[in-house]
Amino acid sequence: MAFKIIEGCVNCWACLPLCPSEAIREALPHFMIDARACTECEGDFADPQCASICPIEGVILDGLGVPVNPPGSLTGIPPDRWAEIRTQIQAR
Amino acid sequence: MELKVIADAAGAPGGGCASSGCGAGGDKLAHLPEAIRAKINNHPCFSEDAHHHYARMHVAVAPACNIQCHYCNRKYDCSNESRPGVVSEVLTPEQAVKKVIAVAAAIPQMTVLGIAGPGDPLANPQRTLETFRQLSENAPDIKLCVSTNGLALPGLVDEICKHNIEHVTITINCVDPDVGAKIYPWIFWNNRRVTGRKAAEILIEQQQKGLEMLVARGVLVKVNSVLIPGVNAEHLKEVSRVVKAKGAFLHNVMPLIAEPEHGTFYGMMGQRGPTNEELSALQDACAGDMAMMRHCRQCRADAVGMLGEDRGDEFTLDKIAEQDVDYAAAMARRAEVHAAIEASRTAQRRQSSETFVSIAALTRRRPARPEPRPVLMAVATMGGGVINQHFGHAREFLVYEASTNDVRFIGHRKVDLYCSGDETCGDGESVLAKTIRVLDGCEVVLCSRIGYEPWGQLEAAGIVPNGEHAMEPIEDAVAAVYREMDEAGLLDRPDGAMHRMSA
Repeated sequence: MAFKIIEGCVNCWACLPLCPSEAIREALPHFMIDARACTECEGDFADPQCASICPIEGVILDGLGVPVNPPGSLTGIPPDRWAEIRTQIQAR
Repeated sequence: MELKVIADAAGAPGGGCASSGCGAGGDKLAHLPEAIRAKINNHPCFSEDAHHHYARMHVAVAPACNIQCHYCNRKYDCSNESRPGVVSEVLTPEQAVKKVIAVAAAIPQMTVLGIAGPGDPLANPQRTLETFRQLSENAPDIKLCVSTNGLALPGLVDEICKHNIEHVTITINCVDPDVGAKIYPWIFWNNRRVTGRKAAEILIEQQQKGLEMLVARGVLVKVNSVLIPGVNAEHLKEVSRVVKAKGAFLHNVMPLIAEPEHGTFYGMMGQRGPTNEELSALQDACAGDMAMMRHCRQCRADAVGMLGEDRGDEFTLDKIAEQDVDYAAAMARRAEVHAAIEASRTAQRRQSSETFVSIAALTRRRPARPEPRPVLMAVATMGGGVINQHFGHAREFLVYEASTNDVRFIGHRKVDLYCSGDETCGDGESVLAKTIRVLDGCEVVLCSRIGYEPWGQLEAAGIVPNGEHAMEPIEDAVAAVYREMDEAGLLDRPDGAMHRMSA
């Protein structure tokens, strides 16, 4: 099983030096996880390191393709608030 | 009774302050040892007087962060935005050093290089420290500063001291974990994401420990706090007291910037920023405790130039790629420019003491009069400590309060509030209307020149434009206009600006 970084990653570098397997590499448009190298930090840490420091919701998926940090979990902003604000800004 | 402006000038030692505006307000820095005053004499971010003359730059080498703040959105990047945490491109240490050298050669007034993000510099220790290492080796005439949230600070204090960093800024928004839990949703600590009150508790402990360690090693520490109405406003008085007791030499209370379009928690949830009045009142309340600064511009993490201006566009990587700077020659030229600036500052101080006529002397002639009320005046300046900017070109105004006792720098007002974008991201309000709105509370605006149309509209809004003091030192001009208003009997009634003052 391996984690995956998807679109939305802001390339902030926070995860890269933490990875015990050196599975993360700098890439464009966003950083990548080498699925063959990723161990999900098993045996090294209680929590997967990349997903524990990542500041962006929804951009790291676990082995089942489920976001480790779902919308609202890191910022505290309720997901439907985004749609509401977008409508308000467009109405100006 | 004499103005403090002058009393200071007479007694100011070399490198000290002459004006009420110096540092965090003239004599408010007088308690500092001479060694510290010398260190901040040409530091635009630490000395209000210096910010008229010297420039600073930030290099964005530190993208990673180890905490989340509710006023920050890590996704945001807009070239039209100007606020902390926003940058256009992240640099490697090598690119950053090349950029610093290019800027130092092109803008000799640049005395200070800071690393302030866009993440937390100490959450990127290799990149941050490598940049400092190369700079202290290759450009020894540039002062190095770092700004941090403090979480990783205790573990890196020794490293920081190795690289000859004289100034560190720690952002401390609270000393009470219950307050902190409303500001920080999480921190990354000991290989785990920690949330809630526990997160704030750890962060506060590390910040305080880091502050104590730096002070013990003789590093100058400034504390930044973000004023968040309803969250930490009252609490910041306690923060001010605590950090002063531990040896921070400046406390900088900054207003929260929170708009829905910034995508931050506070912006999205409708948390408002403080009004100008609330900010001033809190700064006054904390000033009783310690030196406060009011000229902070809350720069981008890649800002270049004088405070309030950003010349980053002139030094993008592609533009500096071809440059090969002879830094020894640049350093000689920089020393000349700095000497000329110091000579001009000294001359300004001398001129101030020669031209000054006490306001109190005027008021004494009419003892039956009530005390003249204080007046807020806005000033358009491009630097140098003089009134030298056309009204229409000003992107920001410095606000001074004149009273019978002194001329005091209050703060700055931005015309294009944090955004200089085109119509598509503005609200369609004309620049002039916006300018008049941000000058609310000011009764006079001093500038080098002003057009006919804005003149009329300003007058209609109750703000008197004045172009008669072009090229004069700011505080002398403000004092002169205040005297004229007093002589004209405009200051007798306790009404006017104070009652109109709002956000």
